[in-house]
Amino acid sequence: MAEMTYLEAIRQALWEEMDQDDRVFLLGEDIGTYGGAFKITQGFLDKFGEDRVIDTPLAESGFVGAAIGAALVGMRPVVEMQFADFISCAFDQIVNMAAKHHYRLGEPVPMVIRAPYGGRLHAGPFHSQCPEAWFIHSPGLKVVAPATPYDAKGLLKASIRDLNPVIYCEHKYLYRHAKGEVPIDDYVLPLGEADIKREGTDIALITYGAMVQQALEAADEMSQQGIEVEVVDLRTLCPLDTDAILASVKKTGKVLIVHEAPQVCGIGAEIAGVIAQEAFHYLDAPVTRLAAPHTPVPFSPPLEDFYLPNATKIAAKLKDLASY
Amino acid sequence: MAIEVVMPQMGQSVAEGTVIQWLKQEGERVEKDEALLTINTDKIDVEIPSPGAGTVSRIFVRDGETVPVGTPLATIDAVEPERPLTGTPAPAPPVEAARVSEETTHWYSPAVLALAEQQGLKPSDLKKIRKTGRGDRLTKQDILAYLEQRETGAAPRAGDEVIPFTPMRRAIAEHMVRSKQTAPHATAIIEVDMTAIAEFREREKVAFAERWSSPLTFLPFIIQATASALKGNPWLNAWAQGDRTVLKREINIGIAVALAEGLIVPVLKRADGLRLAEIAQQSDDLVRRVREKRITPMEVQEGTFTVNNLGASGILLATPIIVQPQTGILGIGAVTRRPIVVGDDVTIRSMAYFCLSFDHRVIDGTVAGQFLQELKAGLEGFNPPRT
Repeated sequence: MAEMTYLEAIRQALWEEMDQDDRVFLLGEDIGTYGGAFKITQGFLDKFGEDRVIDTPLAESGFVGAAIGAALVGMRPVVEMQFADFISCAFDQIVNMAAKHHYRLGEPVPMVIRAPYGGRLHAGPFHSQCPEAWFIHSPGLKVVAPATPYDAKGLLKASIRDLNPVIYCEHKYLYRHAKGEVPIDDYVLPLGEADIKREGTDIALITYGAMVQQALEAADEMSQQGIEVEVVDLRTLCPLDTDAILASVKKTGKVLIVHEAPQVCGIGAEIAGVIAQEAFHYLDAPVTRLAAPHTPVPFSPPLEDFYLPNATKIAAKLKDLASY
Repeated sequence: MAIEVVMPQMGQSVAEGTVIQWLKQEGERVEKDEALLTINTDKIDVEIPSPGAGTVSRIFVRDGETVPVGTPLATIDAVEPERPLTGTPAPAPPVEAARVSEETTHWYSPAVLALAEQQGLKPSDLKKIRKTGRGDRLTKQDILAYLEQRETGAAPRAGDEVIPFTPMRRAIAEHMVRSKQTAPHATAIIEVDMTAIAEFREREKVAFAERWSSPLTFLPFIIQATASALKGNPWLNAWAQGDRTVLKREINIGIAVALAEGLIVPVLKRADGLRLAEIAQQSDDLVRRVREKRITPMEVQEGTFTVNNLGASGILLATPIIVQPQTGILGIGAVTRRPIVVGDDVTIRSMAYFCLSFDHRVIDGTVAGQFLQELKAGLEGFNPPRT
């Protein structure tokens, strides 16, 4: 075990997978010579060579298409979107080609698209978005969103080894703000399994990504007031671990779903629907959501603070639910 | 423009308040500074004036709910500034949808209904269960608490009367439990010969009442002697806070006053600087205003020590519970005439037991004994003041 950042954990996962499997290679903008916008692939070009670390033109649709082709002939491509916001340029390749190919023709498409997403870095509307819901809504894709360095490494390795196309959402704020103990050797975590980051009896708080830290902070505050909050970190958004969600809801009877993506048609809506349908008789309060408003992410730092959920806002919602 | 009404901070130590009653309802007009609602903090009821003129548009916190200081209670749609007169009437204000608030009282959540069915509870059973949810809603936790209580055989039987705690009882209950859990109480008792004071009091009470317009009871003598003994024993004029003790500079003596609804402890500030007549007047005023419910939250705070006169109920001894975060409380038993050995004779003296409960984390029996000895000496050696 070694303490490392979320960024370093992702870097290690990539390095180890490339080192032990010749089929794994990287494509993306400025990932080779420059080492990537966030320096995740720094040093990779020297180690693995230009056949396996490919600097692409600014053409997301083109290089995602190239990755799909490579996957179909037995390679394990890992695509880096410079920012998740640009993934929409490759939307057709992802949702119509990668997602549906196996269904139509019986051939798997084992590839990963790494999507550095999320706000809190004052980067404005084109560099702060959370696009996960678009892909959850497209059958044929898996969507992963880790919250800790340990989960980031184990889930990225699992994603690379998975036979399905995986959208791997890595939160930019966590790159340097999340630190933790990570095994320095090989391990994988199963896709589709949530993790209880804190046990509790009174309210189930369901979240993922950068909101996990905020949720844990709010849960600590509530604990001082005698309210024990259970924090469920989804880790994988598709397939969704409904068993873990329902178990926590049945245990507590009250639910708060938190995500950074806009509330309208976000994953929270799906979770709320599952709970309403499968755990209605266990509910002791309205299923509650806390998410971003229905606007683009603002550039101005005070406005962005207002826009994003955080520990204070989560604690306020929890208090409200506790007193319901 | 909307004006927000929030739960006010009524004194430094108060963290929450209970809405007792809204004096204006949604849709009603209210003037600036007109009484809008009554709240209860630290067992005191206070009327809250409206921060502005307008129409009460939304009430968020209902009667009986307790919320932290700063919580929004209501919004008032402020009166628009005067507009120039024109031929056309002002547009009617939009009709606000009534807040879904009555939902909760006669409504059970799915969890409550499922649990009730599973446990074989009938609707009539559910009505009997104490409700703690918002808007008097029955929560899942309420049923679980009820079931647990039923298992231990404590559930009320047919014919029993169930009376929920009032906000004041709840406050007392919470404070008593907290005090007993926080401070290991020990009680030391000393016997005091009150004859000199009793004789003085008998002799002077008519003249005193005429001159100072307040009765001359034993209480002012006791407070004066207590304040003096506290000066020499600062560890009993202190607050225990976590793992430290704050010796208080001021001597502020709380006086426990029993009402039918419960107990209130107004505080006589800086008692050590007061003359006997001033103590008599001020304590009488505090006690009277407590009974008339005219005491303010500030007047029940900042106490550094408390006295509790048990004599009126004929009680001889008691082990009082400390008012947190103080370190001592003095219970004074009834002054009774008893045969006492003085020298080699048995004589009749006016005697009383003084019972000091102290926080054994902070002080030990020696300090308690020292304080009681000084108090006893002060009372027994009473010198009539020149009046």
